[in-house]
Amino acid sequence: MASAIFTSLICRQQRLLTLTRSPVAIQLYTRLASTSVQQQQQQQQSQNKPTDLQQLKNLKVEYQDGIAVVLFNQENSKVNTLSRGMMDEFVPLFNHLQNDDKVKGIVVMSAKPGSFIAGADINMLESAKNRDELYKISRHGQDVMNQIEQSKKPIVAAIFGSCLGGGFEVALACHYRIAMNDKRTGFGVPEVKLGLLPGAGGTQRLVQKLSLPDALDVILTGKEIKAKKAKSMGLVDAIVEPIGPGLHPAEEKNINYLRSVAVQKAKELTVQKPAKKEPGLIENIKSKIMSSSYVQNYILQQAQKKVMSQTQGLYPAPLKILDVIKQTLESGSKVGYNAEADGFADLGMTTESKALIGLFHGRTECKKNKYGKPEKEVKNIGIVGAGLMGAGIAHVSIDKGFNVILRDTTSKALSRGYSQISKGYEGYVKRKRLTNAEYDNVLSNLQCQSTFDNFEKCDMIIEAVFEDLKLKQNVLAELEQRIPEHCVFASNTSALPIHQIAANSRRPQKVIGMHYFSPVDKMELLEIVRAKQTSDDTVRSAVSVGLKQGKVVIVVGDGPGFYTTRLIMFAGSEVFDLLQEGVSPKDIDKATKNFGFPVGSATLFDEIGIDVAAHIARDMHAAFGERLTDQSMPQLFQELVANNLHGRKSGQGLYIYQKGVKGGAREINPKFTEIIKNYSKEPKEKVTMENIQWRTGLRFLNEAARCLEEKIITSPTDGDIGAVFGLGFPPMKGGPFRFIDTYGVSKIVDLMNNYRSKYGDRFTPTQLLVDMAKENKKFYS
Amino acid sequence: MAFRYSFQQSLIRLRHNNAHFLRSLATNTTKSSTTQNQGQTGSQQTSSTSSSNKTKSIKGLGRDVVFIDGVRTPFLQSFTSYKDLMGYHLARHALLGLVKRTNIDKSLPEYCIMGTVIQEVKTSNIAREALLSAGFPDKIPAHTVTMACISSNAAIASAANNIATGQNDAVIAGGVDFMSDVPIRYPRSMRKLLLNLNRTKSTPQRLGLITKMLSLKNFVPEAPAIAEFSTGEIMGQSADRLAAAFDVSRQEQDEYAQRSHKLAQEATEKGYLDDIVPMHIPGAADVVSRDNGIRISTLEQMSKLKPAFIKPHGTITAASSSFITDGASASLITSVDKAKELGLKPKAYLRRYVFTSQDPKDQLLLGPTYATAKLLDQCGLTLNDIDVFEFHEAFAGQILANLKALDSDYFAKTYLNRSSKVGEIPLDKFNKWGGSLSIGHPFGATGVRLVTTAANRLIREDKRLALLAACAAGGQGHAMLIERYQ
Repeated sequence: MASAIFTSLICRQQRLLTLTRSPVAIQLYTRLASTSVQQQQQQQQSQNKPTDLQQLKNLKVEYQDGIAVVLFNQENSKVNTLSRGMMDEFVPLFNHLQNDDKVKGIVVMSAKPGSFIAGADINMLESAKNRDELYKISRHGQDVMNQIEQSKKPIVAAIFGSCLGGGFEVALACHYRIAMNDKRTGFGVPEVKLGLLPGAGGTQRLVQKLSLPDALDVILTGKEIKAKKAKSMGLVDAIVEPIGPGLHPAEEKNINYLRSVAVQKAKELTVQKPAKKEPGLIENIKSKIMSSSYVQNYILQQAQKKVMSQTQGLYPAPLKILDVIKQTLESGSKVGYNAEADGFADLGMTTESKALIGLFHGRTECKKNKYGKPEKEVKNIGIVGAGLMGAGIAHVSIDKGFNVILRDTTSKALSRGYSQISKGYEGYVKRKRLTNAEYDNVLSNLQCQSTFDNFEKCDMIIEAVFEDLKLKQNVLAELEQRIPEHCVFASNTSALPIHQIAANSRRPQKVIGMHYFSPVDKMELLEIVRAKQTSDDTVRSAVSVGLKQGKVVIVVGDGPGFYTTRLIMFAGSEVFDLLQEGVSPKDIDKATKNFGFPVGSATLFDEIGIDVAAHIARDMHAAFGERLTDQSMPQLFQELVANNLHGRKSGQGLYIYQKGVKGGAREINPKFTEIIKNYSKEPKEKVTMENIQWRTGLRFLNEAARCLEEKIITSPTDGDIGAVFGLGFPPMKGGPFRFIDTYGVSKIVDLMNNYRSKYGDRFTPTQLLVDMAKENKKFYS
Repeated sequence: MAFRYSFQQSLIRLRHNNAHFLRSLATNTTKSSTTQNQGQTGSQQTSSTSSSNKTKSIKGLGRDVVFIDGVRTPFLQSFTSYKDLMGYHLARHALLGLVKRTNIDKSLPEYCIMGTVIQEVKTSNIAREALLSAGFPDKIPAHTVTMACISSNAAIASAANNIATGQNDAVIAGGVDFMSDVPIRYPRSMRKLLLNLNRTKSTPQRLGLITKMLSLKNFVPEAPAIAEFSTGEIMGQSADRLAAAFDVSRQEQDEYAQRSHKLAQEATEKGYLDDIVPMHIPGAADVVSRDNGIRISTLEQMSKLKPAFIKPHGTITAASSSFITDGASASLITSVDKAKELGLKPKAYLRRYVFTSQDPKDQLLLGPTYATAKLLDQCGLTLNDIDVFEFHEAFAGQILANLKALDSDYFAKTYLNRSSKVGEIPLDKFNKWGGSLSIGHPFGATGVRLVTTAANRLIREDKRLALLAACAAGGQGHAMLIERYQ
């Protein structure tokens, strides 16, 4: 995805460079230049079908009433991107159409339903070796877009499907935009999500087309705008409602329909330039106000503040975007285009961008099914336990074609769960993500009940009862008497060993862990825990259900704390060490947030629940011993729990939780300060911000590497995706493995050894890191 | 239960016999159908003995249903002469007209069913109110049925069932819609406050609620939704998309609309539309005796109109859409024996009907296609066997889309579960006296008009079989086969 134009730009640039030398290019060029005579004859014979362009692989061009319809149709691909091949064809074709007198206007659209141009070929961007190449990519993108914009012949973009990044920049450069109001149609410049900026005139045209706040919103968030919203924002000029099946299948009909509307419009535009809508009084006043530099500066300042507060200044892209826009507004578009190209090139070289692109690839990979189809497709899911997690799992299942039974023991618990789900979906209706009818339909896939009726029809059970081994075993035992032979039993647990849950099972091969993250409808990660006895087919079922639920899936081994919980606990034990040394939770929160975690590591324990953490700490201490922490931590946890310091849910933990008091304003719980005094440790050195970050960070990184070493996770990619999407590891650092690569594995090992000498063996670097440091290896080649 | 069970048995038998009968009938009556039906084993056999079987099979059914006659008020554009009336006035007039036309005693009907779409809340069972106000005995039960534009088809179908199953011998089926006045409501927030007001006891509480009402949004009225509830789409938009899906051009639509108006004008002038019962309106200078929406425009005039629903590229305009209409209709349906007993001369047998439903978004108005295909299959007939077609014309584009769908192999295979297309309906048998586009379309009343017109055309054209079909909001469809009574 993302801005595809870059690809094209490189191609074009290379083409231009080699144009004079390469025999192929010369051939093409001369063919293009000399077509006119030959072509006219042929045109007369075969109605506007120039032979020279019949060799196109990624484009189709058809002529209709003096309008050339250019159809993007990337070969061997479901979507169009501005790939090298695409641009190699587009640029000469475009020039040819400009010079062809028979062509009065041009329509650009896609031959593929559901994808106009999904963006740039990211691999292409990654292959740029230095800043200079990136700069040229952006420059050439700008040139092509400007050529489109300056074309004397009207160009209509007819958009059906995703129109993102470079695709959107192409559309913006056209003179008129018609969008098919399909669910797949969406506009956006997601470059910022890759640590970049829309570098083919995107920042310039969006600022022109939209009000400044709207433009900033679109560029800084990279969000996707649906067709109707785009119309109301003025990003597209007309909407076409899709039609149903008729004499041909709907998709085919829709492309033809959109095309006929676009051709009609292009014909009109050849006669008459698009009428500028007379702005109303209020709009006039609004634009007057908006164009005052004082107001503009104010808006930019506010945006800057917001960016800083949301990103801690850790992401260079949004700041750079603001800078480019500021320069544009102050000094005009010439400076603006320069700033955009410079900004693009600068950003492309940042580690943040590389990390984000790495994550993008990882996420794409974890959204694919690497494990294959299960023998029996899961249709009916029974969820046991209607708490926050159970209801959340139901939430993400009922709109994906599953029939869901949500079961709990009391009607009150069910009502709470039902309300949670319906409230979530009502939000979608409010935000127009769903229609009322869709809402009704989706909720019809949910059965709330306190019995086990119809569980004999379930293909998968996901239990989300309280985290208690006995309880989970009992649920399994009870259900095994009811569920069919093929039914998978998945346990939603953050740390209970799956093989123990399955200890008394009659078919342990069907038992698996599915660790969802809260809130389930927002957190993308699903950690699937495969125990030794779990069968391949069970893994396949779980993975395919998870993917259908829209999750990013990693499959991990059944070690203590699996992968994600283990990392939290290792970093967390260091947090508690710091607390015991007398460091304030607020300082810890501040340091970890500055590192880039969305939630401070001290607050995190209040969010998870100290009682839950206490359970896990006890079990994991039993498994890892001193490597995790000394005796004091489990004891400390126990005492906190005994004093009802359960965290946020009980109103007090490390902090005190009151209604209306948020974030930094929360007070540290005096009870906590009191208790921790009994466990105090002598600080070994002055604790600085950096010290906090490294101590917690190194424990996290080292344990991640150890999980890879122990084959708890199968690849660094899984590890990075799990840490970022499950634990909020700073995305611009790409995940623990990417971070180690970027920072340098030997430096990490040195740091670890350094801390080890002060703090003891828990800082022993794991063997994998030591070996890698010796051989100077990286996780990602 | 046992009773019901035996009913079903006899119904199944009835259908079975009926199909055989019709098949034989078809093979006998039209030349072309013999070739059409050659592939069907069994039909040959029947046909050899059909002439003797014909009367036999009808008698064997026992409860043949006959359509005595149907009448209607003139269909007027809303906000014209009827504008100060209420809907039940029109229904009452239709009932009185039916009594007069058929010469029956008001105590004869045993039941009355009427269709309506936009309900006046005061007369939510408008069938009963109309009966009472027309001076029928208060011993006749009545119910009102709603099924969008096929509401009165549903009324007729229920009436036919009542008779076929022996529940009743004579039933009135009709329909009415009155769009000159529709219920406009306060918004929900205000309704809630008003309803709470009823239940509060103390004055301070009341005052509290009243102050809450003083918000502008509480006074923004809510008109009855014209959009499809499930999809939020206005029917005209759906029809426009449907026309596009079937490559129906603007010009084809305009031409079809013009045809409808021309034929309606012709039929009016020739006096064919004698189902109209002229109506005196209090205070009016003259009697209302004609439909007032028929207007022949030139294609040039029509081509100047802007699209009404999908702008700017849509193809449906005001000229190619049915207009908002006030009107009512009523018909008398009886058993054959009852008709004979009373010396009534039925116009037609109501042979068989189907209701169908499909995707309310992209195929909202394709009901006639689904229903026609299903009905023909059930009866073992082909389009060639049908002499008279009466289709409800919601939009010219909708009619043309349906005609194209019936004539499409792709559509038949993909959506109708048939090996090949249903076929082409010859326009010289189709809606020859105009249709809803020109005559008007009071939603709940159109169904009876279709049956009446089909029956009247069978008689005037001296033909045997008619097929009527209609589409309806919600993505539903209806088709009925009627046979001339001789």
